[in-house]
Amino acid sequence: MSAQAATSRGIRLWRAVALPLVLLAAWEASSHSGLVDPHLLPPLEDVVARAWNEGRNGDLLTALSASLGRDLAGFVLGAAAGTAAGLLLGFSRFAENLLGPTLRVHRQIALFAWVPLIAVWFGAGEPGKIAFIALAAFQPGLINIWRGVQEIPQRYRELAAVLTFGRLDFLRFVAIPAMLPAIFTGLKAALIYAWQATIGAELFMTIAPGIGGVMMQGRQLFQMDLVLLTILLLGLVGAGFNTLAGLSETLLLRRRLS
Amino acid sequence: MTDLHLANHLHAIDIASLATEEPTAAPGNTVLSLSQVSKTFHVAGRAVEALSDISLDIAEGEFVSIVGASGCGKSTLLRLILGLDRAYQGSILLDGKPIRKPGLDRGIVFQEHRLLPWLSVEANVAVALRRSKFSPRQKRDTVRSHLELVGLEKFAEAYPAQLSGGMQQRVAIARALVNRPPFLLLDEPLGALDALTRLRLQDELKRIVRHEGITAVLVTHDVDEAVYLGDRIVIMQPHPGRIAGILPVGLPANRNRSDAAFLRLRDHVLGQLGVGHEPAAAIRAAE
Repeated sequence: MSAQAATSRGIRLWRAVALPLVLLAAWEASSHSGLVDPHLLPPLEDVVARAWNEGRNGDLLTALSASLGRDLAGFVLGAAAGTAAGLLLGFSRFAENLLGPTLRVHRQIALFAWVPLIAVWFGAGEPGKIAFIALAAFQPGLINIWRGVQEIPQRYRELAAVLTFGRLDFLRFVAIPAMLPAIFTGLKAALIYAWQATIGAELFMTIAPGIGGVMMQGRQLFQMDLVLLTILLLGLVGAGFNTLAGLSETLLLRRRLS
Repeated sequence: MTDLHLANHLHAIDIASLATEEPTAAPGNTVLSLSQVSKTFHVAGRAVEALSDISLDIAEGEFVSIVGASGCGKSTLLRLILGLDRAYQGSILLDGKPIRKPGLDRGIVFQEHRLLPWLSVEANVAVALRRSKFSPRQKRDTVRSHLELVGLEKFAEAYPAQLSGGMQQRVAIARALVNRPPFLLLDEPLGALDALTRLRLQDELKRIVRHEGITAVLVTHDVDEAVYLGDRIVIMQPHPGRIAGILPVGLPANRNRSDAAFLRLRDHVLGQLGVGHEPAAAIRAAE
């Protein structure tokens, strides 16, 4: 049984990496065969060499930590505001009536449409970038937690009523545990949105140290190896966030078997 | 066709005579009194009468079974007694005072266990003591003793999902009793369990209720269960939900399910619910 499970896991791993391997092979083949101009698509080893160099002189690490710091600041601000707003809208009928419709319309406006406004209000420098990232993290936090409150099962609300729970006991024993999956979904989405917005802010607002800045630099100097390197890095960081969020979710929710 | 009419006719007489024969008054000291309770739901703009003119007195220490088909409003009635729903006509008095909201004087076991999946068995019972004035030590002790009462002291650390359906419902019973309420309300508590577990838990319930000496109201659609557990049986019929008859059981506390008197009573209740052999037997007797 365990052998079977092991094989199927091995097979699954192979299937997962099959497409990336094929793409890498195609990449290598096309840049070496002269089919594609190596200036447009430098071979893989050039990108690896570039990574090695950039990594050694510390530039890439500086850029990465600048991006991550910005991302974290925006995420914390946006997710906290989104969570607070979601709780307010979920628990207060008055707040929902007052703010709900506006926030639903706000959701329909493309995120990047706010860039000009934010750039004028907060400046295109660091505060503007962080405000934009926070805005990106705000919506998924808000929507998921708002829905999470609405979806607290009626049977548990009744149980709390029957046990004559006060507001705090209701939050502690019923509402928050019942909402944890929704909170996680919201925070996970906020994390991903914030990371995307970080790169967006670095590309569309003023140049500043960061991965987006490195990417722009690569484009302007026509160094496609650098551009490709930053794209790979973005994917890796995003995947890292996802894994981290998934792990903490399983750790915290492992007891909820039913 | 005519047989059916005759049956219905006889049936109506039967119910009418019972209603006059058996008054709604409880035999002892009345602790819960419902009089002329009616409840109307509004579904899609239409008024649906869920309960109509329900009058019932329940005595201290009594075990009352309310039996009826689904839709007869028996669970709605429990919600009113619980204080979860205050939109009704008539009066419901608990110890002479109208019920305004849920209180710890009424423990409830729902059909689904409603245990909180994120709390251990022990914590699920202890959570009912949040409003209790006990010291932490007293709380621990009373949770312990109630887990022992339902035979689950060894599973205190387990989580609800790790238990069988019967065990989950035992935890729910312990939770309902941990505040030592004078009243235990049971809303089809065994309805979702398999037949064998249900029989076993009926005995458990009987033992526990007697042990605690509390007043119990059981809502069920299982006639056998109603007769087995109840001191009195309230028979309800739907559209609108109303009391069709109240029967004293008058059987010894240790009932035998295959006893002739038990079976007679069960068939009688089934007859009043419009199923079983009672109407047919009545027709034969009339002929």
